[in-house]
Amino acid sequence: MSIVIETPNSPRTRSQANLEKYGWVFMRISGPFLIVLIFVHLISNLVVPDGGIKAIDFAFVAGKWAAPFWQWWDLAMLWLALIHGTNGMRTVVNDYTEKEGVRKTLVFSLWGVCSALILLGTLVIFTFDPCPAGAAAELLPSFCPAVQ
Amino acid sequence: MSLLSSGTLYRGKVGMWSWVLHRITGVAMFFFLLVHVLDTALVRVSPAAYDVVIASYKTPIIGLAELGLVAAVLYHGLNGLRITLIDFWSKGAKYQNQMFWVVMAVTVALFVGFAPGHIINVFS
Repeated sequence: MSIVIETPNSPRTRSQANLEKYGWVFMRISGPFLIVLIFVHLISNLVVPDGGIKAIDFAFVAGKWAAPFWQWWDLAMLWLALIHGTNGMRTVVNDYTEKEGVRKTLVFSLWGVCSALILLGTLVIFTFDPCPAGAAAELLPSFCPAVQ
Repeated sequence: MSLLSSGTLYRGKVGMWSWVLHRITGVAMFFFLLVHVLDTALVRVSPAAYDVVIASYKTPIIGLAELGLVAAVLYHGLNGLRITLIDFWSKGAKYQNQMFWVVMAVTVALFVGFAPGHIINVFS
């Protein structure tokens, strides 16, 4: 079977910026940021606290998100990880799907899930109340005012 | 293919297997990420709801799966740096094989540093 290459000597012309290239660049820029963000996330949540994973509960998360530093840290991680991961999954889907309709549906679903989780996560980080009314005091961080 | 062939430049070698591992670890982390954003979102529901779900992360089986997750994060992150160096460093392609073994060595070293403490936490 022969492959027909039309006008092989003419350079590709683009009427618009190449989206695929921006995706490629994004992976390489977000990657190093994600290494720092996630390594510190793992160290501060699983290594530093006494008990590691066993120490993680609502009070622990509330204690972290009481500081804007960790809110912004986790926000950056949320956005970059989801976009990086979704774009990676898009590459995988592009590699293994045979039918264009299937490919488009999967890629569309990926970005739908990505947007929904970015929206959800962003709302959770910024509307989060570390001392919700009515919660059992022993589940809350120690800085919450004691409820009688 | 001739039996005298020493294989191809890519297939069956470090270039291929590093790519396979990068892909498997990436897909695994993506699905964990979906779950992790959802479980963390429970802090917005109630402290009790979050604590119930996060308790499953402290069970022996999931605790051990977390070791796999950390290994995946370490390998994927470091191999991602290797890929970036292959693309942007003038000698990147020349040293891609050596860089792969550096990636594996650092991955193993960091994993060995992390695993004992985590295992003790999970099983105590």
